[in-house]
Amino acid sequence: MNHLPNLLRVGLLLAAGWLAALVAGCSAPASPQFPKGRGDQCVEPLDVIRRAHMHFLIHQRDETMHEGIRTKKHSLKHCIECHASKDDKGNWVSVNAPGQFCESCHRYAAVSMDCFGCHATKPEKQPLRRVEK
Amino acid sequence: MMSDRSEQPNHPRRRFLGIAASVAVAPGLMLFNRAGAKPPDQAVSSKNRWGMLVDTTKCADGCQACVEACHKENGISSRGRPTTDPQWIRAVTLRDRETRRETHLPLMCQHCEHPPCVDVCPTGASFRRADGIVLVDRHTCIGCRYCMMACPYKARSFVHENLHDQLPRNPRGKGCVESCTFCVHRVDEGNLTPACAEACEKDGHRALVFGDLKDPNSDLYKLLTEIGARQLRQDLGLNTGVRYHGV
Repeated sequence: MNHLPNLLRVGLLLAAGWLAALVAGCSAPASPQFPKGRGDQCVEPLDVIRRAHMHFLIHQRDETMHEGIRTKKHSLKHCIECHASKDDKGNWVSVNAPGQFCESCHRYAAVSMDCFGCHATKPEKQPLRRVEK
Repeated sequence: MMSDRSEQPNHPRRRFLGIAASVAVAPGLMLFNRAGAKPPDQAVSSKNRWGMLVDTTKCADGCQACVEACHKENGISSRGRPTTDPQWIRAVTLRDRETRRETHLPLMCQHCEHPPCVDVCPTGASFRRADGIVLVDRHTCIGCRYCMMACPYKARSFVHENLHDQLPRNPRGKGCVESCTFCVHRVDEGNLTPACAEACEKDGHRALVFGDLKDPNSDLYKLLTEIGARQLRQDLGLNTGVRYHGV
């Protein structure tokens, strides 16, 4: 190694340090944190709703729009009624605000949402209600 | 000629949808048909056709109650730009050129049986529900505004600007066309009084009566047979769901 120029030795050392830092940084990032929803449990098992909520929503969307079927179970409005949280002053916080239910996971997964260009991000009613099955 | 056309939509696509809907709702239909309310898990059917009677002899000059109620119910706010602000219902005054007689009436989506807006829509976003309510599916609307050009009643509006604080019962946003829905969120819950008719009644005018054009026992049907009413631009043969008395 003695024949290597000093500059290259410094460079190698720096590269090694950088690699070590990179490997250390590769541990799984913290899971998204968001306020707990109301009610005892979701309308579907957690592993199902986490993977398939978009399919439930799009199916419900077409049925509601075209056939007037307004069951609550898979409606976006009903999701929001349970999952919107309140701030210190008791005002609703939007579900797509930073750190809130929808935004936190979607930021983690790097998936953008179109829903809230049109749909309300807060419940309309003030009284809190439990999940109706 | 036009009066011979069937009550049912004549396009195969609509016919298929109608059949599919009526098959889906067949059980339990008798229980809910008369009242107009349906259980939330059942699809709307062509057993009903929602319509409205506007008695222009009772519509007061300068009254904006229906307009204000509609816009409040559906979360429509003005930005002070009359040429582009959405209007779901407008108070219109007609003046006879000869007699100068004035007629006041609200004008909104006429919920045609053969809607030109549906015919021209390139994406299928503009559609007619089995129960006769004409809607825009904003999920598929691309904002081309062909429907606005096709509508003889200028009933539709385009949302030009970003919106905030929409109501949960009426999602709406920039880039889509929208119009009167007959307060479809109320109809689906079995509340057969749209916000405009409710406000008109509250003000004591009772110029707007909503109901089922296919139900001979409905107030709407009885009034239509008793006092009579006509369609605006009846010559177009669109078979509108909104009928006007006194024009």
